[in-house]
Amino acid sequence: MVRDLPAPVGAGVFNVYTGEPAGGAVPTAARLGLEPPRFCADCGRRMIVQVRPDGWWAKCSRHGLVDSKDLELYR
Amino acid sequence: MSDILAVAREQVLERGEGLDQEQTLQVLQLPDDRLDDLLALAHEVRMAHCGPDVEVEGIISLKTGGCPEDCHFCSQSGLFASPVRSAWLDVPSLVEAAKQTAKTGATEFCIVAAVRGPDERLLAQVAAGIEAIRNEVDIQIACSLGMLTAEQVERLSAMGVHRYNHNLETARSFFTNVVTTHTWEERWDTLRMVREAGMEVCCGGILGMGETLEQRAEFAANLAELDPHEVPLNFLNPRPGTPFGDLDVLPAAEALKAVAAFRLALPRTMLRFAGGREITLGDLGAKKGILGGINAVIVGNYLTTLGRPAEADLELLEDLQMPIKALNASL
Repeated sequence: MVRDLPAPVGAGVFNVYTGEPAGGAVPTAARLGLEPPRFCADCGRRMIVQVRPDGWWAKCSRHGLVDSKDLELYR
Repeated sequence: MSDILAVAREQVLERGEGLDQEQTLQVLQLPDDRLDDLLALAHEVRMAHCGPDVEVEGIISLKTGGCPEDCHFCSQSGLFASPVRSAWLDVPSLVEAAKQTAKTGATEFCIVAAVRGPDERLLAQVAAGIEAIRNEVDIQIACSLGMLTAEQVERLSAMGVHRYNHNLETARSFFTNVVTTHTWEERWDTLRMVREAGMEVCCGGILGMGETLEQRAEFAANLAELDPHEVPLNFLNPRPGTPFGDLDVLPAAEALKAVAAFRLALPRTMLRFAGGREITLGDLGAKKGILGGINAVIVGNYLTTLGRPAEADLELLEDLQMPIKALNASL
């Protein structure tokens, strides 16, 4: 369930790839799984993102850090 | 006029002499119905002059974003309204990334920074990172830190950096359409110093930035003149907020023709699949490229975008019975 994910990617208020209100189009590369999140899903702020060879982490100054490893727990 | 593929078979495959600029252009202009023949020939050339081994590499961004340069394709320029924010990686995270890369069987780990050139802080971080990686991970270390001074080249060489990446990005005649904050010649100077210091030269670029086929052929000829150890081939993945953000992705057939053409222009050079291949070519294209002249891959993620899972590429290489280049073959 999306609402169970950490807030920076799971809040569902903003599109994590574009920073627009949720519900808009998702860019093609993101749909193909080729983009990390860039914007906090809770507040729409730009996040600091570090891509690693095997994953990524993204940090919102208000809503904390989420790591792609954590998301695997939700699969 | 002789068929260019017949010419290439005799000149490149049999004599080992790369195609010149005009010949490369003829290859790039081949109709799509010749693509399979072209890829097959490029594969023969690669197998004859490079062998079956594939070099696997992982890359990491040590310093992300906030770059003062205006490379129009790049989401890490501080001059554009890109969503990419600045970030620095600490040394333990760098070591962990090297470990994860080595686990894939990769023999190369490239440390990259989005800078015009390294300052003291960055060089100190690179030195600490290299030392820490060497203490824990058996892997070759490459760097990509922008333009260097002669003294910085020497320092990197002394740190044990065995290969340095600095892309010319595109043809000399097209460069000012891509970058205005420094020149093609400044990049060339860094590459010259890297070679003179005894490091391997890694130099490629990005295809699909609006260059003409003539300029793509010119770029291949520029690289042939440089004669680098490795050429990474990227395909433009248009980044939001950058001047090239609205360009179309290169059609797959055009991208594959370019792969094969670069192989025929550079018969002995390591030709690496790099960024943008997933969105340009998809899964089928990855296989066609590796059977069309490519003999090295970046596995896993890139600097700011994600790639195919490393396992997908490694399984493909296994299916194709192409061995991963061993570390002792790199030394």
